[in-house]
Amino acid sequence: MTDDLDDLKAALRASPLADPAAKAAAVRLAMENFDRLQGSTDPARLMDNRPQDGRGSRSGVIAMFKKFALRPALAATTSAVALVAGMVIVLPLIERSPVPVAVEKPKAIAEGGGAVLELKEELLADVPAVPAPAPMADDASGAQAMTRMALPQADMALAPEAAAMPEMTAPPMVNTEAFANAPANPVQVTAEVPVSTFSIDVDTASYAMLRQSLNAGVLPDPASVRVEEMVNYFPYAYAAPEGDQAFRPTVTVMPTPWNAGTRLVHIGIQGALPALQDRPPLNLVFLIDTSGSMDEPMKLPLLKQSLALVLPDLRPEDQVAIIAYAGSAGQVLPPTPASDRATILGALDQLAAGGSTAGAEGIALAYDTAKAMTAAGEVSRVLLATDGDFNVGIDDPEALKGFITKEREAGVYLSVLGFGRDNLDDATMQALAQNGNGMAAYIDSLSEARKVLVDQLSGALLPIADNVKIQIEWNPATVAEYRLIGYETRALRREDFNNDKVDAGDIGAGAQVTAIYEITAPGSPALRNDPLRYGTATAGGGEELGFLRLRHVAPGQTTSQLQETPILPEMAAPGDEARFAVAMAGFGQLLTGATYLGDWGWDQAIALAQGARGEDRFGYRAEAIGLMRLAQALGK
Amino acid sequence: MRQSIVMLMDTPDETLATAAAAGDRAAFSALILRHYDRVQGLAWRLTGNPTAAQDLAQDIFAALPVKLRHWRAEARFTTWLYRVVVNAAHDQRRRQATRARAAEGWGTWEIARQDEIVSDRERLDWLAHAMTQLSPELRDTVALVLGEELTQAQAGEVLGVSEGTVAWRMAEVKKRLRAIAAKEAK
Repeated sequence: MTDDLDDLKAALRASPLADPAAKAAAVRLAMENFDRLQGSTDPARLMDNRPQDGRGSRSGVIAMFKKFALRPALAATTSAVALVAGMVIVLPLIERSPVPVAVEKPKAIAEGGGAVLELKEELLADVPAVPAPAPMADDASGAQAMTRMALPQADMALAPEAAAMPEMTAPPMVNTEAFANAPANPVQVTAEVPVSTFSIDVDTASYAMLRQSLNAGVLPDPASVRVEEMVNYFPYAYAAPEGDQAFRPTVTVMPTPWNAGTRLVHIGIQGALPALQDRPPLNLVFLIDTSGSMDEPMKLPLLKQSLALVLPDLRPEDQVAIIAYAGSAGQVLPPTPASDRATILGALDQLAAGGSTAGAEGIALAYDTAKAMTAAGEVSRVLLATDGDFNVGIDDPEALKGFITKEREAGVYLSVLGFGRDNLDDATMQALAQNGNGMAAYIDSLSEARKVLVDQLSGALLPIADNVKIQIEWNPATVAEYRLIGYETRALRREDFNNDKVDAGDIGAGAQVTAIYEITAPGSPALRNDPLRYGTATAGGGEELGFLRLRHVAPGQTTSQLQETPILPEMAAPGDEARFAVAMAGFGQLLTGATYLGDWGWDQAIALAQGARGEDRFGYRAEAIGLMRLAQALGK
Repeated sequence: MRQSIVMLMDTPDETLATAAAAGDRAAFSALILRHYDRVQGLAWRLTGNPTAAQDLAQDIFAALPVKLRHWRAEARFTTWLYRVVVNAAHDQRRRQATRARAAEGWGTWEIARQDEIVSDRERLDWLAHAMTQLSPELRDTVALVLGEELTQAQAGEVLGVSEGTVAWRMAEVKKRLRAIAAKEAK
């Protein structure tokens, strides 16, 4: 890590020796001026009086030389100096999977030019009007939240314009984002690998990031696209669990829109929604990054407004504490009842960016605070808000992950909220949230903050099932090949399914999780692998396509419970929910290379999504269709 | 009043500066002889150009007698001097920003000429390339922390920012360098 700096240092230390003549001249001039100054009380304007030796033109030439230094002819030298090229981040779950995850080099995100922006406006005009967000509430607190929203949005409207006018002399912005991703899941032959195991993923960061890219007029970096997060971004109305079940899976088998020879198995899992008035008191510890890099309109100011949105929905018995970290970590607000809104808002307003990030120290303090706040029967959660920059004392994300894993066992949940795009360390965010029993979300606007923190307050903040793992055993008699769409970073080993020590994703109250498989029947023309001549005879399993096993750990428990459901081939017509999820899976695949989609393209994906909008109370689906149109135009 | 050179060589900067500010010619002479190389070196690190560095050092030295009147012995002399150099470099940058536009027409002709001598300047060019990728703030910070080997606290004092900000900037530099390297390796 320090090698980069060492090279720079060596080059900088080798300064050209001072020219003796120049030194003599400078000293002589200094002495002359010194003498003159002693003999006069005139406040000497020496900088103005110095000999004008044609400096004007020379300075221009010097500036010109500096421009040449940027020429690409130097590339060879630069690589010879051998700085670290690229970065490999191994995600926690992947440690147990056979596929190492190479994080691809992030591409520089170009600012949207005027032409692109105009194009975007045209497209947006084409999109059916997005229903206005439902009013927050009809009581006074809701009204207050709405007025709080108005201000920052005005600020944000200005921000892109400022960004589109780079200063003449500014160096090109270097994008230092790091993404967590893995190659798309391959098609598996059921006879060889009959069992598919993965952890659920309730993160939504990937969708918010691609939305921001598209709105800036740039196709998202394929490495930043995680298909399952796009699918899981949207609320779905799946059948609710009955009795005291924590969640209920609904399985739908449907024809694949992009391949006549295969079928899709759509698995929708609906978490129970306990009566909200019965929910246990929440202890929320906001751990806020106030490092220098947070000093941008889309970061700290947006974060402050976002957190202010949460307050009206908390109850008097809930408690809030705020810890800021930058250089040194400190408690900005001791645990305070949520009803004391003035104190909390006052503490939020006083946060200011400056200094460096010491993420580890802040996290330790936040967990200590959360543990101290937790009384029996209460739920505590640390909400880490950052631009993903953990750069002082914690260059080693492994150590941080280890710490969080340890703390997780104390029962404190962790949510990671990402802000800003230029150096968001998506991979670290993911790793932290996965290790800390939590979720990672990327917040690019106040409406996204509302979705993540307010609309889903109960779900995001109130866990109902931990360590949710999905395992499907496919029946080789009915399914010759299968492929899981997305969840590449969430793969688990088969034996990890029954091992409660292996961590997996958690599901919040009322939340939905969706997984989609594409399956191919034996003998289908769409088979990608030839059958084995000496293949083992497939034992019958009746008509069943496969067998779904779900495992979860109830909050506060240590041993898991198992739910099992056979996957049957009968085809009820798929509803809007399943079809929209499939459209989003198609959207994600179109953004990441569309290996398996054939001729199926944007037009078909948009039509599918358009026909499955359903009620779309908050306008999320309409927005997604707008983004698909934008991506289609940008890809041309 | 007149002291021997030997004595002056052992006298701390701060004492010399205070004496010079009070009109001691020998003290002033000793002080500027002692620090010329340092000023010129930092000027080079800040501007990336030996000629510009020489000019800047000369300007600073010419103005130093007046500047010394503001010397209050509140900081180490070298810290104070670094601050003078950084401010002078900033002033120079501002002046150049206007002149640079007028000079752009020379570019094409100069590029052809520079191509011939590029090979023996490779290493310096790598440095210049790396430095030009950094914002002026990051460049100043790098010049002080790496070039002058100041601690982050000292650099913060020179630049008038907190130690934490310097630490953040250095981490930022690291990331930029890594990103540059990644781009070049493609």
